[in-house]
Amino acid sequence: MWLTRLLVGAYPRWIGSAPTAAQRIYFGNHTSHMDTVVLWAALPEELRSNTRPVAAKDYWDRPGIRGLIARDELNVVMIDRSREDPNADPLDPLKDALEHGFSLIIFPEGTRTAQPLPGPFKSGLYHLATEFPQIELIPVYIENLHRSMPKGALLPVPIICTVRFGAPLALAPGEDKDVFLERARAAVIRLAS
Amino acid sequence: MNLTLNETFLAVFCSLAVLSAVATGAGQWAARHTIDPARLARIGILNSRIHSSWSVLAVFTIAFALGPAALLVVFALASFFALREFVSLTPIKPSDHWALVVAFYVVIPAQYILLGFGRASVFATFIPVYVFLLLPVIAAIRQDNERFLERVAKVQWGMMISVYCISHAPAIATLPIRGYEGRGPLLLLFFLLVLFLTDLLQIVFSAVLGGRALRSNPNKTVHGVLAGSICGALIGWALWWMTPFAPWQALVMSLVIVGTGYLGSVVLSAVKQSLGARHWDTEFELTRGVLERLDALTFAAPLFWQITRYFWVIRADV
Repeated sequence: MWLTRLLVGAYPRWIGSAPTAAQRIYFGNHTSHMDTVVLWAALPEELRSNTRPVAAKDYWDRPGIRGLIARDELNVVMIDRSREDPNADPLDPLKDALEHGFSLIIFPEGTRTAQPLPGPFKSGLYHLATEFPQIELIPVYIENLHRSMPKGALLPVPIICTVRFGAPLALAPGEDKDVFLERARAAVIRLAS
Repeated sequence: MNLTLNETFLAVFCSLAVLSAVATGAGQWAARHTIDPARLARIGILNSRIHSSWSVLAVFTIAFALGPAALLVVFALASFFALREFVSLTPIKPSDHWALVVAFYVVIPAQYILLGFGRASVFATFIPVYVFLLLPVIAAIRQDNERFLERVAKVQWGMMISVYCISHAPAIATLPIRGYEGRGPLLLLFFLLVLFLTDLLQIVFSAVLGGRALRSNPNKTVHGVLAGSICGALIGWALWWMTPFAPWQALVMSLVIVGTGYLGSVVLSAVKQSLGARHWDTEFELTRGVLERLDALTFAAPLFWQITRYFWVIRADV
């Protein structure tokens, strides 16, 4: 925690929303492995215990320090990217966590993009929004982190990063999946400028 | 005056604490009795400086209590935060990653460790010679030659300002001046006091005298800078008893500090503007704006160190 702060700052900017205890899904751009930790570190302390980041099982659920950070410190919800069991819904663990009242942090691009602006979003966010319409969807833009730790780098370079939280987004009645995902992506991009 | 180091420090510390307390009180009183928004903004800036005087005092108390190693750690952290800020503002590419990793995790510790072991000749050449030659090698290995010189130059410039220059401040405390043994930290305190009080006085006089604002810093005016500089130099003159200098020498050295400090803040403000800093001004948490707070120090420290070393260490031994 303090290490993240020392290295990249992780300063929050609440632009369109305020840090409250409302149940939320934070969705942001994914540029490095540190995104999860940085976004989580930018939240005020009292919200952190109630907020669980969603992370890929194949990367984080391993023995050693990575698994330790993921399970004990961040209380991560593991998502199965490989879909070994074709009948299981990979979103089940997420829905389970939402039903228990947790807020979630997700990165809807599904993988890291080595550029400042996010790529197309996967549909998971849409499915969660249809099933849990009462939960606020907060777009988040993490600035500068792709410069601190480019894909493939072992050590992060200390660079000041800010984490911008935008105004909540809601699914319009009967809104098409692709339209909604594009709108969500645009909301993150708008925070970038 | 034949006070010991501890007595002198205690005296200085107590008078500073009283001064800070009076200034804090006056600042709060002024903030509550003004409605004019322009004046209020100026008082706000002033109060933030007074506020930082408390952190300076705290840092120094810790450093004096724990010895010179603590001083090195404090300034190494300052270098770290300054470099972090500089790199954040500078456009870099992923292929610069290794050069920056070396800069942060190798060069900063190495520079302060060299200083800790008192190797003045290596300490003064490490970054301008060895790192200067090493960093472009690391960058060239990556075979990315797009805007090569520009990128390498920016990293080197960041190293010079935020590591090399800042590390000269604690180096002042380690100068082996004959007849002044063991009192090095007092010389550093003298240096920082002159620098800090000049800055404070320049802001105060700018607010009082008014006039044309400086292009490099809208909080200061031409008259304010002149009056503040003169007063700062006179304060340095009055503090000659802290230093190994004679009174007239203390006055000259204070003028050096004030003059180079002013040039430093002009240059760094130009750098800041050329990098298109958008966050530099708007955010005032402890670890940000480090470069802006230390802008005068980056120029004044190396020159003060060099001049003192030449006249009071090298020439004195001949």
